[in-house]
Amino acid sequence: MSTSENDRRLEQVAQDPRYISLVRRRGRFGWALTGLILVVYFGFILLVAFAKPFMGSSLAGGATSIGIPLGLGVLLFAIAITGIYVRYASRFDAELARIQAEFGAETGAGPVA
Amino acid sequence: MSGDTNWAAIAMFAGFVLLTLGITRWAAMRVKTTDDFYTAGGGITGFQNGLAIAGDFMSAASFLGISAQIYSDGYDGLIYSIGFLVGWPILLFLMAERLRNLGRYTFSDVASFRFAQTPVRVLAAISTLMVVLFYLIAQMVGAGQLIRLLFGLPYPLAVCLVGLMMTLYVLFGGMIATTWVQIVKAVLLLGAASYIAFAVMWRFGFSPEALFARAVEVKTAIAQSAGATAGEAAQAGFAIMGPGGFIQDPVSAISLGMALMFGTAGLPHILMRFFTVPDAKAARMSVLWATGWIGYFYLLTFIIGFGAIVLVATDPGYLDPEGGLLGGGNMAAVHLAHAVGGDLFLGFVSAVAFATILAVVAGLTLSGASAVSHDLFASVFRRGRVDQAQELRVSRITVLVLAAVAIGLGILFEQQNVAFMVSLAFALAASANFPVLIMSLLWGECTTRGVVTGGAVGLTLALVLTILSPTIWVGVLGYAEPVFPYGSPAIISMPAAFFTIWLVSLLDRSGRAAVDRAGYTAQRVRSETGIGASGASAH
Repeated sequence: MSTSENDRRLEQVAQDPRYISLVRRRGRFGWALTGLILVVYFGFILLVAFAKPFMGSSLAGGATSIGIPLGLGVLLFAIAITGIYVRYASRFDAELARIQAEFGAETGAGPVA
Repeated sequence: MSGDTNWAAIAMFAGFVLLTLGITRWAAMRVKTTDDFYTAGGGITGFQNGLAIAGDFMSAASFLGISAQIYSDGYDGLIYSIGFLVGWPILLFLMAERLRNLGRYTFSDVASFRFAQTPVRVLAAISTLMVVLFYLIAQMVGAGQLIRLLFGLPYPLAVCLVGLMMTLYVLFGGMIATTWVQIVKAVLLLGAASYIAFAVMWRFGFSPEALFARAVEVKTAIAQSAGATAGEAAQAGFAIMGPGGFIQDPVSAISLGMALMFGTAGLPHILMRFFTVPDAKAARMSVLWATGWIGYFYLLTFIIGFGAIVLVATDPGYLDPEGGLLGGGNMAAVHLAHAVGGDLFLGFVSAVAFATILAVVAGLTLSGASAVSHDLFASVFRRGRVDQAQELRVSRITVLVLAAVAIGLGILFEQQNVAFMVSLAFALAASANFPVLIMSLLWGECTTRGVVTGGAVGLTLALVLTILSPTIWVGVLGYAEPVFPYGSPAIISMPAAFFTIWLVSLLDRSGRAAVDRAGYTAQRVRSETGIGASGASAH
C-alpha cells in the first residue's frame, strides 16, 4: 500500500465518531491514573523532604516507623494501579478491534520494509 | 574469604557461563535479519518480555547497591527503590502501547516519526549513547568488584572478562540471546533473593517488628562502640527507620524523585523492549508483569538489607578490622547469602549476580549499538538505502567498540560511586528522552525544531548541572562551594526541556513545521489503534 493511500485511510479513521469517542475515554482514563500515581509518589517524596521526623517516628511504640507502611504502601500502590489499568484498558479492546477490522489493520507486528 | 579462591563459586560460575553460552549458540542460529538482531523478530510474549524487562531493571545496582544502601543507611534505600518502581505506571499509562504501535527498533523511530529524520535521530542517538555509557560504567565497576572478591582476580582482568563475555552474547545472539539470558537470570535472581529473604524472616518468626527492633539494637551497639554516649547511640540506632542523611534538602529530594520516576520512562534499553512483543496488548501485559516482579524484588531487597544489618554486621568473619564489609560496601547481600546458606549458596548467589551484570550490560550494549547502526548509519548516513547485512555488520562493529570503551572506562572509574553514575543516567534520560517522547507523541503542534532544541537543552543542562553539583564540583574537582547546590539536576533540566520544546514549537513558522504538524493526525491514529503499522513504515 502506498503511503498516501495509507494516510487517507488514517484520515478516515480520525473522522470516525467511534474512534474519537474511544480515544477520548481511553485518554482520560490514562491521564487520571497518571495524576493519581503522581500525587501518591510526590506526596510521599514531600513527606520525606519536609517531614523527616514524622516519617522516622515510631508507629506503635516499637521499632517500626510510620515511614515503613507508607513506603511499602507506595510500592504496593504502584503495582496495584498498573493492574487496574491493564484490567480496564482491556475493556476498550473490543471497540478497538471493531475499528481495526473495518479499516483493515495490520497490527504492528512482523518484518516491515 | 576475600582473595581466597571459592571453588563452589567457581563451579557455579562455570555452570552459568556454559548455560548462557548455550542460549547464545541456540539464539545465534535464529538471528538472520535485523529484526531478529534488534527485537528478537517481535516474537516475545508479554509474560516473557515482562520478565526480561524486570531482568534489565534488577541490575547489580538494584540487587547489590540497594541492599548495601539499606545495610548502611536503612530507610533511605527504600526511597530509592520506590523511585525506581513508580516510573512503570507512567510508562504504561502514557507510552507503552503507543511505542509498540509506532516503533520498529529504537525509541528514535517513535521520536522522529513525523519529524525531519536527521536532526531528531542524531539527537536521540547522542542521548542514547550517553545514558548507555554512564549505566555501563556503573555495571562494569560492580562486576569488577564482585569478581575480584570471589576469585581474587585483579580488577582490570575482571573487567576485561566481563567485557569479553558480554561481547559474545550480543555479537552472536543479538536480542534473542540477550532476552533469554535476561529471562533465565531474572528467574534465578528472584528465586535466590526469595530464599534469602525467607531465611531472614524465618529467624524472626516472620515478624518485621522483631527484625527492625534487632537491627536498631545492632546499629545502636555499633554507634556505642564507636564512642557515642548512650543517648546519641540510641538516636543513631533508630535513625535507620526513617529518612536520613542521604536526602540532604527538600529540593534535592524532589529533584531526585523526578529523575528516578521519569528517567525510567526514558531509558533506551528499556524502551527497546517494547518492540520485541507482537502488539500493543502484549506491551501492556509486559509492563504489568515487569512492575509486579520488580516491586516484589524491591520488597525482598528491603528485607535483605535489614537482614544483613542483623546477620552480617554482627559477624566479625565478614568484616575488616575497621568494621567495614570485606570486599567493599556493595557486598552486603553476598555476605548475607553466605550467612544463611553457606559456601554453596554463596557461590550460587555470586554466579547469579554475575549473570545479572552480564545480561544488563548486554542489553545496554545492544541498545547503544542499535542507536549507531540503525539511527546514525542506516537512517541518517545512508538515508535508509542500506541492506540488512550492512546494517548488521555496522551494529556488530559498534558492539566491539562499545565493549572496548566500556572496559576502558570501567577500569578508569574503579573508585567512582556506582549508584551516583546510575542516577546520572536516569537524570539524562528524564531530561532528554522523556520530554522528547511525550511531546512528540501527545502534542500535535510540536515541531522538529522544538524537540531538537528542547532535547538538546535538557541533555546539556542535566550534564552541566551535574558537573557543577556537590558530588563532582566539590567531591571530584575539589572546589570549596558547589555552583549548583542540589544533588540531582532533574528539577531544573526536565522542566527546561519541556518548556523549550513548547516555546520553540510555538514560534516555529518554518516549512518543515507545517509538515510536522500535518503529520500528527496519521501518527495519532496509528499510535492509538495500530492501523497502518505496516503500510506507513517507510518513514
